[in-house]
Amino acid sequence: MSHSAVIPAAGESGKFEFLERGEHHVANGTLLGFWLYLMSDCLVFAALFATYGVLSQNFAGGPTGADLFDLPLVAINTSFLLFSSITYGFAMLQMQQNKLNGTIIWLAITGVFGAAFLGLELYEFYHLLHQGAGPQRSAFLSSFFTLVGTHGLHVSFGIIWLVTLLVQLKKHGLTTANRRRLFCLSMFWHFLDVVWIGVFTIVYLMGSMS
Amino acid sequence: MSEHHLHSSEHHEEEGPHSSFSGYMIGFMASVILTAIPFWLVMADVLSSRNATVIVILGFALVQILVHMIFFLHMNFHSEGGWNMLSLIFTVVLLFITLAGSLWVMYHMNVNMMPGMMTGSS
Repeated sequence: MSHSAVIPAAGESGKFEFLERGEHHVANGTLLGFWLYLMSDCLVFAALFATYGVLSQNFAGGPTGADLFDLPLVAINTSFLLFSSITYGFAMLQMQQNKLNGTIIWLAITGVFGAAFLGLELYEFYHLLHQGAGPQRSAFLSSFFTLVGTHGLHVSFGIIWLVTLLVQLKKHGLTTANRRRLFCLSMFWHFLDVVWIGVFTIVYLMGSMS
Repeated sequence: MSEHHLHSSEHHEEEGPHSSFSGYMIGFMASVILTAIPFWLVMADVLSSRNATVIVILGFALVQILVHMIFFLHMNFHSEGGWNMLSLIFTVVLLFITLAGSLWVMYHMNVNMMPGMMTGSS
């Protein structure tokens, strides 16, 4: 905040002019606006985490997390998402060096990791439903499917966005608009990884202990 | 500031945070370690006390979230004139109120209103 101090100074015509010191003014509010969207999305997840926290012991005589969760599978899933974060980072580094092909390749690898994550999650959901442990079984499972499913939906939309961006990059190259989109998707993608830290710790690890 | 005006054509390309390979690698290595330890603690059942394990893995999660914020999301106190950090702090406050409030209120509702129905968490 203190970096954008505005100092009144006397101008040539005797009127007051304002000299801005330090941080340059925001050229385009998109990145800040997108950050604010992510913060509101954070509140959605806060509500879902709170719901899960309240209902996580209400098994209704059904299976518990310890019965259902397959931790090695979750560990693999977590590593997929973590790898996708670093590969997205590499895409951003390629973008900084104005390398279009490198950006596209690393972005595509990120998308593959994201799709693998989603595939494993869908497999897990299918497996749970197959066992009769669907969202209608107990309050615990309802809140589990809502929380993890919402995260999964975010990843799905992230992948759709990523593929769209790949097409845009192929068509228009590293234009100003595409760079801005890459920054926004970067924030979105890393944000989803942050949410996943909460999911695997609170839902899977803590759920497996009870 | 004068540099911005001299290179006005490149100005828009400087938008957004500048990131480095080493920054991403530090963040990635730290994340791998901070993920592996909690999984190991739970899967190998290292600590005998459940509460101790919960506190330790929540601590690891918190540190890992900070690592992601700093190395992947490039959070600092001066990006976007500080508004990024301000909105983050505001969100964290709301997050804390939502989580702590819900858990606290509902726990006491359970304990005080339905003493016979507490099966798992008591």
